[in-house]
Order: sequence, then C-alpha cells, then structure tokens
Amino acid sequence: MSVLIVVDTKNGEVKKSSLEAAQYGANVAASLGGEAVALALNANNAEVLGTVGVNKVLNVTDVSVSASDPQKVVAAIVAAANQVGAKVVVFAHDSTGKAVAPRLSAKSGAGLVTNVTSLPDTANGFVVSKNVFSGKAHADVNILSDEKIVSILPNAFSVKAGEGSASVEAFSVDVSGINSGITVKEVKGGDSKVVPLPEAELVVSAGRGLKGPENWGMVEDMAEILGATTACSRPVADIGWRPHHEHVGQTGVAIRPNLYIAIGISGAIQHLAGVNGSKVIVVINKDPEAPFFKAADYGVVGDAFEVVPKLNEAFRKFKAANG
Amino acid sequence: MKILVPISKVPDTTSKIAFTDGDSKFSEEGIQWIVNPYDEWYALVRALELVEAGGGTVTVINVGDATSDPIIRKALALGANEAVRVDVNPADSYVIAKEISAYASDKSFDLVLLGKETISYNGSEVGGMLAEFMNLPYISLAAKLEVNGDTATLDRSIEGGSEVVEVKLPFIASAAKGMAEQRIPNMRGIMAARSKPLTVVAATGAEAKTAYVKYGLPAPKSAVKLVDPENMDELVNLLHTEAKVI
Repeated sequence: MSVLIVVDTKNGEVKKSSLEAAQYGANVAASLGGEAVALALNANNAEVLGTVGVNKVLNVTDVSVSASDPQKVVAAIVAAANQVGAKVVVFAHDSTGKAVAPRLSAKSGAGLVTNVTSLPDTANGFVVSKNVFSGKAHADVNILSDEKIVSILPNAFSVKAGEGSASVEAFSVDVSGINSGITVKEVKGGDSKVVPLPEAELVVSAGRGLKGPENWGMVEDMAEILGATTACSRPVADIGWRPHHEHVGQTGVAIRPNLYIAIGISGAIQHLAGVNGSKVIVVINKDPEAPFFKAADYGVVGDAFEVVPKLNEAFRKFKAANG
Repeated sequence: MKILVPISKVPDTTSKIAFTDGDSKFSEEGIQWIVNPYDEWYALVRALELVEAGGGTVTVINVGDATSDPIIRKALALGANEAVRVDVNPADSYVIAKEISAYASDKSFDLVLLGKETISYNGSEVGGMLAEFMNLPYISLAAKLEVNGDTATLDRSIEGGSEVVEVKLPFIASAAKGMAEQRIPNMRGIMAARSKPLTVVAATGAEAKTAYVKYGLPAPKSAVKLVDPENMDELVNLLHTEAKVI
C-alpha cells in the first residue's frame, strides 16, 4: 500500500520540515512494500523530493490550495489518496500539519498521531512514539483505524539526501465548491532570512540574567556569527524585552536544535520541557546552583557580560579559520 | 456574541511526570490539576474581553469526568457565564472533538475559541477536528483576534512570521501566546462561580481512533562538563571536535 506525504512550500521551495516528512514517508513506504507519493503544494523544486526516496510527486499548481485554507488542502489530499490508494498520510507537525491534519482525520475517520518521533512499529498494529507533556515524556500510541495519519516532529529526523529521483506530474483538484470565506490579507516576515525556531539547528537564547533588553546585542552577535536563531525565556517575553514568538519552553515554542546555548537562564522545569530535545545544551550562568546545569552537556559558571564577549571572540576566530 | 471555549484539564506546569501500571498510565499521585494554560490564558480571556466589549455570553465546555469540576469552576470564576461537562473520560482527541461537536452543533455559537494545544498531550488536534465535524472554517495558531460585526481578523502564526487573515463568523480558532494576557480570578468571581450553571450532559459514545500503549521518560543526561570561563577557545573546540555541532 502506498504512503502519501503532504509537502508544503515557502516561497515556492519545499519546506525543511516537509523534506523530513517526505524522507519519513519514503521509509514507511519501503517497510510496507509500497510506493511513496508526495502531494506538493505549488512546489518549484519538487524534484528534490526524489533525493529523500519519494517515487512520485503530484504537484498541485493552484495557489488557492494552501494551508491558509485547510478545507481546500484536505480536498486535494482526499483526491490524491484515492488516486494512489494511500492508507497512510504523513505530515510535518508544523503550521501546515497543525492546520490540515486534524481536519483530514475528522473527515476520513483515520486516526491521527502528532509530534511523532519514531518510525511505525507494525509488529502489533501501527505504533509510533510521540512527545508528550511538552517533552517531559514520550508515549507509544497505536493507531486503531485502517487508515493512519502521522504528523512528525520537526528536527526529529535529519535529512540524508541520496541519488534517487522522482517523477513529477501536475495535479489538479476542483476546489471551486469550497467556500470557507478565509482571505489572506497580508503576510508578515515571510521573506525573513532567519531560520524559524522550530526548524533551527542552532539556537542562542537568553533570560533575565541579561538584566535588560538593551543588553541583547551580544546575544544577537553570537547568533549572527553562528548563523543561529535567537530565543528567550518566558519572563523575558512576558515583560516585553523580547517578542513573544522567541519564547521557548512549555508554554512557548518547543525546539530540538543540534545546539542550544542558554545565557542567564536558570532552567525552570517549564523551560527545560521545551528545550530538552536539543542534541547539545550549553549553559552560561553565574550561579553554579542553577538547575539548568543538570540538563546541560557543557557549562560555564561565570558572568554573562564577561563570558559571552569572550565566547563570541572565540566563535569568530573559529569561523575565520574553518569558514 | 455567543462564544464556546473548550477547556482541558492538565497537570500543573511544575508537575514531575511519572507513570504507573507498568508505564501504561500517567501517575496522578500528588498532581495539581489546572486549566490548560493555552485554553485559559489566551482563549478564555480573549473570549471574555470580546463579550465585555460587545456583549454576549461565554460558555466553557470540558469533556471529562467529575474530577474536572474544580478546573471548570476556575473558568467560571474568571468570568465565563456557564459551563458544560460531557461526562466521559476521553481516550483521545477524536473523542473530545466528536463529543464537543455533538453538543455544540445545534447551539449556533458565533465563535469557538480554544488553546493551540494542551501542555499534556500536545496534540494540536481538537480544534481542526471540531471544525471539520461542525463544517466551519478553522484558523490555527492565532496570536491575535479582532471581531468587527460579522467579520474577524486574525494573525495566524506561520514559520518565521504570520499571516493576517479575514474570516466571516461563525468559525473556530486556536489561540497562541500573544492573544491575551493571563488573568487572576478575584474573590467576587470565585463566589459567583459557585452559583453559575454547570450542566453535565451524557456522552454519545464516540469511539477512539488511537490508544496510548506505553509511556517513558527521556534518558537521563550524563554529568555536565564545566569549562573555564577564561578559556572559551576550549568550549568552541569541544563543540567542534567532541559534540560536532559547529
């Protein structure tokens, strides 16, 4: 049976999270002995999906079929799934997956698991692992229905591009009968060069230890040197030192970068919940008793105002030497 | 305006998470239950603000057994007018959405507003499912919501930015951080909540599509490696050669 992967785009390019989902879907298809088919939403570079194992791409070329209007995407998925006989649909658990996957589940009656971090175990049903309690724990969930939908956690599966190639064909779906009344008036920040937090592989974050928003310059410097994305702790977003969308933690954005550098953040349990999926954590704090050190791989006990400029200098030297 | 706010019961954000019965069940021992922060801080407070400004009612609904009653009273203390509890312990989001839709479909709500996810199961599922069951438009991850007559304007969060979208009432939206500011209930609210209606309705017996089989905790981290604050070249070297992340 074939696997259908829903692939979204940003400015015409396949999203990083969608590429991860495509590779995941190709692996599921291989284990089930079926074909991996991607349903791409207006992709200019659909052929890239072949490099992660997708066999065939159905490329929707109607800009009105977008995640802003989930009902239209659901209609396209249902049509594509029927055409290729897909029993498993794979999403990335990003803004697109969150908007569309639950609607599809309700429409088709297929069980949905989101935040998925493992390939399915099909020895006893169709069991996938997911993150629960905001990353404080994980759970194995069995999808009971015949048709299954999984939405995978961004940055949980790293992409390894190979030599494969996919056939790409245009896919048209009639959505003229769907009138949800949703109109997009404006897109803000869509052309930003900064990698969005959920997709970022390097994140530099700071907290109340920085004493005021005027001291963020050295944090932004570090982010620029490394090509990292900036983040912050909840109190800092709540008092307005930094924008809300930078808040990582249990009630903010959950992230799992390769490297998370935390400056002047004590490491409350709510903060740790949102970042403990990070591969490597570096903590800089002047308080040796800060709970964050227990969750860290590398720690520096020292005043951020002395340590961070030195670290930035060391990063600069490293970048100059290693490119 | 008639607003419905679905609320979930979740462990307090400071809870230590543990499991029992061979790691097949969440351990409720010593757990303090709260209204899911996204439901309370953003969805419920924004619903109250809209009604305070333009008139109407806010109904909260929970799918759960009687152990949900204290958190439902908290929502009433914050200012919701009435509450409904669908009397079943739900096995998954599909059941929750189906039961809420069974109750709400013929009640002509202008707006259904709920948190973007719970901090317990992190599904981000109920809003979208409910929208499909009720055949309504769905705006997910809204950090801002303004209503003007029969039209609403929302900021929908997308990776690296946001989309300003317009939609006609009725619709369903999930609330993200930024939509409103957390409120603390006052004594008058708490007293008033005791006499506000909390209607318990029977469940329709919706069947779950998924089953939680087993839980686990992340593997413990090995001890932190401390680096001399005077030797940041050493830290950079470790990140490059040992951790291989830069």
